[in-house]
Amino acid sequence: MDMLKVPTMADMAAEGKEPEVLFWVGCAGSFDDRYKRVTISFIKILNAAGISFAVLGPEESCTGDPARRAGNEFLFQMQAMTNIEVLNGYNVKTIVTACPHCFNTIKNEYPALGGNYEVIHHSTYLQQLINNGKVKMKEGGEFKGKKITYHDSCYLGRANDVYEAPRKVLEALDADLVEMKRCRTKGLCCGAGGAQMFKEAESGDKEINIERTEEALATGANVIASACPFCMTMMTDGVKNKEKENDVKVLDLAELIAISQDKN
Amino acid sequence: MQIIQQVLFVVALGAIGYLLFKRGSFIWRNITLGKDVKLNPEEKSERLKTTMLIAFGQKKMFARPMVGFMHFMIYAGFLLINIEVLEIVLDGLLGTHRLFSSTLGEFYSFLINFFEVVALLVVISCVLFLVRRNILRIARFHKPEMKGWPTSDANIILIWEIALMFALYTMNATDSILQSRGIAHYPVVGPDGFAVSQFLIPIYNGLSDSALVALERSAWWVHIIGILSFAVYITYSKHLHIFLAFPNTYYSKLRPKGEMDNMDAVTKEVKIMLGEPVDESGEEEEVGTFGAKDVKDLSWVNIMNAYSCTECGRCTSECPANITGKKLSPRKIMMDTRDRAEEVGHNIDKHGADHEDGKSLYGDHITKEELMACTSCNACTQACPVNIDPLSIILEMRRYVAMEESGTPMEWNAMFQNIENNQAPWAFPPTDRFKWADDLKVKE
Repeated sequence: MDMLKVPTMADMAAEGKEPEVLFWVGCAGSFDDRYKRVTISFIKILNAAGISFAVLGPEESCTGDPARRAGNEFLFQMQAMTNIEVLNGYNVKTIVTACPHCFNTIKNEYPALGGNYEVIHHSTYLQQLINNGKVKMKEGGEFKGKKITYHDSCYLGRANDVYEAPRKVLEALDADLVEMKRCRTKGLCCGAGGAQMFKEAESGDKEINIERTEEALATGANVIASACPFCMTMMTDGVKNKEKENDVKVLDLAELIAISQDKN
Repeated sequence: MQIIQQVLFVVALGAIGYLLFKRGSFIWRNITLGKDVKLNPEEKSERLKTTMLIAFGQKKMFARPMVGFMHFMIYAGFLLINIEVLEIVLDGLLGTHRLFSSTLGEFYSFLINFFEVVALLVVISCVLFLVRRNILRIARFHKPEMKGWPTSDANIILIWEIALMFALYTMNATDSILQSRGIAHYPVVGPDGFAVSQFLIPIYNGLSDSALVALERSAWWVHIIGILSFAVYITYSKHLHIFLAFPNTYYSKLRPKGEMDNMDAVTKEVKIMLGEPVDESGEEEEVGTFGAKDVKDLSWVNIMNAYSCTECGRCTSECPANITGKKLSPRKIMMDTRDRAEEVGHNIDKHGADHEDGKSLYGDHITKEELMACTSCNACTQACPVNIDPLSIILEMRRYVAMEESGTPMEWNAMFQNIENNQAPWAFPPTDRFKWADDLKVKE
């Protein structure tokens, strides 16, 4: 593997430098074995595009999103204020993150506690990099003509009106984008938001991720594209449950781009 | 004779006005049991715009185009018929007949024809709505929370509207015959009949002049008393949305759907814990309950939301928890909130403002199981045609469960502990947080 630059804010500060963007990795991106591969894909893209960036590394902490949505406002605010202190300490202006939950919390909920930053989700950021030519795809790319369906993350779509950027990124792959019956404002949740990721679902007829996976599989797509770590886990589990893991891959936008990227 | 009718009309108008005022003040008091809401005065124009698009323009109704169209017809009928009602009320008070016909001339008969066509579209829409509810049995109208009163309420409204339109047609058909016979007091505006009611003329043509006058007067009274008592009825009904949709959209959430309100009382405590400076300049805020247990812990907008809900169930039909058979139904959350507000209101009227009935919204109406099933996906708030926000009630109650009751599920308690100890919701050592980069690292 080519060696990649992964500078931390602390390293940069020691050299008296400030990067243009902070890449907020998030808990899933740091600890979840599957999602670490998304983090690494995004690092590859940033390296190839020559972006001046840094991560917080060991100084990063949970944004507090699941605590707040589970009702524990104290814990949320403790996390938020501690994070804001670190971010303001490094004079952070722009934050990019691959996690819609981190994105929503830092963008919308930190300002009330004194944290004001430009926060960009990686789907929007990738679209910008493609538009300004910093990311180029290989001729006849990996996914050309392949059927891809995109699963809207609630915290990106309905929560923050980001519907088109992820679709534009997929179009750049020259793929055949097919929509599920419930998409955009009518998109169906993967079942993990609102801290559901961290507990068993209440009893019902069915798990939400199975309902959603069935809908995704019905499109006949070879790839289910996601843009959220929770969605990725839920859809991957759903595909395994349906024993379709050999035919259908669940991939993040960053992975799709990293695979299709023109390295020259 | 004429003067008796005028006196009766004034009495009827007064009685209905009194009932409306009483019921209106009851609802207003119940809504204002909720906590105050601070609005940013700079948002005024954006709020007006929202009201124009969502309430007047019914933008979100058209997310389902056919139903949107039929609903728009009933709505247009309602707005236009108000012009006609104005004339009827003035006629009733002044003892005149078709007061506007002399000033509007030719245009007047055009208007009546136009109203009749709109009324026909109202009838057709109401019939189709009855068919959808009772014969096609659309699933969302037959959820558990719709048993009994909510279902009959919906049918009563639709049948009432159809009956009102037929009273209008009877009134106009008999009037046309009386005009063609040159009876005094019936100015000639459409002696050959109007657009729709002309087809009823053959039914009544054989009647004597006096029978026709009696029939015309009866239809007139049924029509206007029907409309006025309908106004009283809707204050007890889900149909209150026809008024509250307007303020409800005005006060709806403008900020991103994903943003939860900050709890300022907690901010102060957390700042003290972290040793940060606390702003003491503001007035000492009374810290009541953390989160919401009962309606008085909610904001008044939450309670107005509940009174605005017409139980259409678009929220519930898009709720992922409900779709997969869990107990949560956002519509039920709103219906429960309204029921509890009415219950608290009646208690206050009977036993005084400080009365406690030992019940609460959380526990007696809404269960923990329902609250815990929410994924906070915002499908309900997106689907609501009048911008009701069931999610904010759910999240406020979760705050109560977590902070006042310490009643969150064990797995969530473990998650809280992990965040506190490991700075991540999972039980990984914080020192491993940057391990993913070990094989890649070339530091700059």
